[in-house]
Amino acid sequence: MKLLVAVKQVAVLDEDFEIRADGRDVHADFLLRDLNEWDDYSLEEAMKIKEAGAAPVEVVVVCVGAAEADESLRKCLAKGADRAIRVWDEAIEGSDSIAVARLLAAVARREKPDMLFAGVQSSDHAFASTGIATAAFLDWPHAAVLTHLAYTAGGKSAVFRRELEGGELHEMQIECPAVLTIQLGINTPRYASLRSIKQAAAKPIEVLSLEDLNVAPGDVGERGSLSRVRRMYVPDKGRAEMIEGSVEEQAARLAQIIKELAGSAS
Amino acid sequence: MSGILVIAEHRRDEVRPVTLELVGAAQSARRVPEERVAVAVLGAEPERSVPSVSVAGVDEVLTVKLAAGEFDPDAYEAAVRALIEARKPSLVLLPHSIDSFGYAAAVAAKSNHGFATDVFRFGYQDGALVATRGGYGQKVSIEMDFPAREVVILTLRAGVFKPPGARASPSVTSFAAPPARARVVSRSFIEVSAADDVDMTTAEFILAIGRGVGEQANVERFRELAEAVGAVLGCSRPIADAGWLPKSRQIGQSGKTASACKLYLAMGISGAIQHLAGMKHVSTIVAVNADAGASIFTVAKYGIVGDIFEIADALHSHFAS
Repeated sequence: MKLLVAVKQVAVLDEDFEIRADGRDVHADFLLRDLNEWDDYSLEEAMKIKEAGAAPVEVVVVCVGAAEADESLRKCLAKGADRAIRVWDEAIEGSDSIAVARLLAAVARREKPDMLFAGVQSSDHAFASTGIATAAFLDWPHAAVLTHLAYTAGGKSAVFRRELEGGELHEMQIECPAVLTIQLGINTPRYASLRSIKQAAAKPIEVLSLEDLNVAPGDVGERGSLSRVRRMYVPDKGRAEMIEGSVEEQAARLAQIIKELAGSAS
Repeated sequence: MSGILVIAEHRRDEVRPVTLELVGAAQSARRVPEERVAVAVLGAEPERSVPSVSVAGVDEVLTVKLAAGEFDPDAYEAAVRALIEARKPSLVLLPHSIDSFGYAAAVAAKSNHGFATDVFRFGYQDGALVATRGGYGQKVSIEMDFPAREVVILTLRAGVFKPPGARASPSVTSFAAPPARARVVSRSFIEVSAADDVDMTTAEFILAIGRGVGEQANVERFRELAEAVGAVLGCSRPIADAGWLPKSRQIGQSGKTASACKLYLAMGISGAIQHLAGMKHVSTIVAVNADAGASIFTVAKYGIVGDIFEIADALHSHFAS
């Protein structure tokens, strides 16, 4: 059996950055890249199912992104993923989460996994919709924000808990195959060993084009998206009154604030 | 296409407050005063929620009877798609909530409607809808538009839009939901029980720690500091996820709402949006962080850029018994 894990290489803003001349994104020179934090947890969840050993499991990671995303895929391979797929074509540039989901669904149709995992959201744009939109295109059952999953490889159903607002969990049962979006804290992601990092560097990454996936160029990019970035800007933000001075002076002012405001408690 | 459709959110038949915030947002988004605002209530006994959503600005309440009482992503998706098809609203508003995470994107993807999430501002510019959300970890704001989309679905950030104060008597219409096979079934609700005796909801003074504490062994000094200054010790998500403090101490959207908190001292918490959302009501937030660019300084009243351990030790000396 097979588990497909959708990952994203996110962009993290450098300390100083500039908005692009067209005003619609940050200039690429000021973006640092990393594997999305949530995806570390979904990969770990897949690895746990594989290692439970109920049946032979292949863990396949997939990422929609340009060549630079190979770095994140290699990180996943180093952590134990069996295979990595990257989807790219210039027409994909400017895709929103829905257009990305269309591609992920096409990969799922090709790979025919038993389950598909995705992170709840990405740390850069946090649309929180790629996984569930992928399920929609596949017409698979789906559930979001899982903090607990009981699923045995090859199982016809799974029991999970989703994390609601205000410290409450909702236990539900879902038919498989399904798309599940994974929340931080569901497990403790492993670190890759130096040896496995070296081995991952030599592993192939399969690159798929729109043609390979039978997706028309008009179904991705801006034309295949449900929203469009009109303008990006740095907002005027409120700013705290900064307490300056030596550590002693800062602590003294802080103590004063606490004594004033915490009343009898202090 | 006209009119605004609001999808109410409830849990165990209790309407969640964010629903009324959506009504407030809908009211101020109307392009003409006659534009109608309808609120749809989905559930096994939707009529029970009608009084809760009968507030100023609502013209009509649509009750949609579903087989399951609690959230079912397939039933919600089918019902909302059918509502949009029947009513042809230009705008559909949902909360940016865990339930919406579970089906809103599926509605948008299947119906090809305009779609944006976690929106904190929206309105019409030259006749076109423009929705604003954050990007790159909330460091920038992004204006989105939806060219050629007749229907746009937005999920709105909680705690931003003002709910209407007055009651009203909107008309009530029952809407027949299409059948949906239950592929995801509710089993039970579980309260993240207090693993220790603390009740964050009643704490007035909270000292909370985040990633900045570095390692588990450092938690103890902040526990002692909290005790010395008379605060209840809380934490951000990564600390609870790592098991360094029980989940019941977590502050933020998915943690306990620190509803009684008046003074909040955040040490080594950079301030993810979900964390800040749980603290918006606190009158005085003081943040200590090594990173001058940390988001928490944009919501804090007072800020100290510095080493949290040095500040903690110096502060402790003011409260030594």
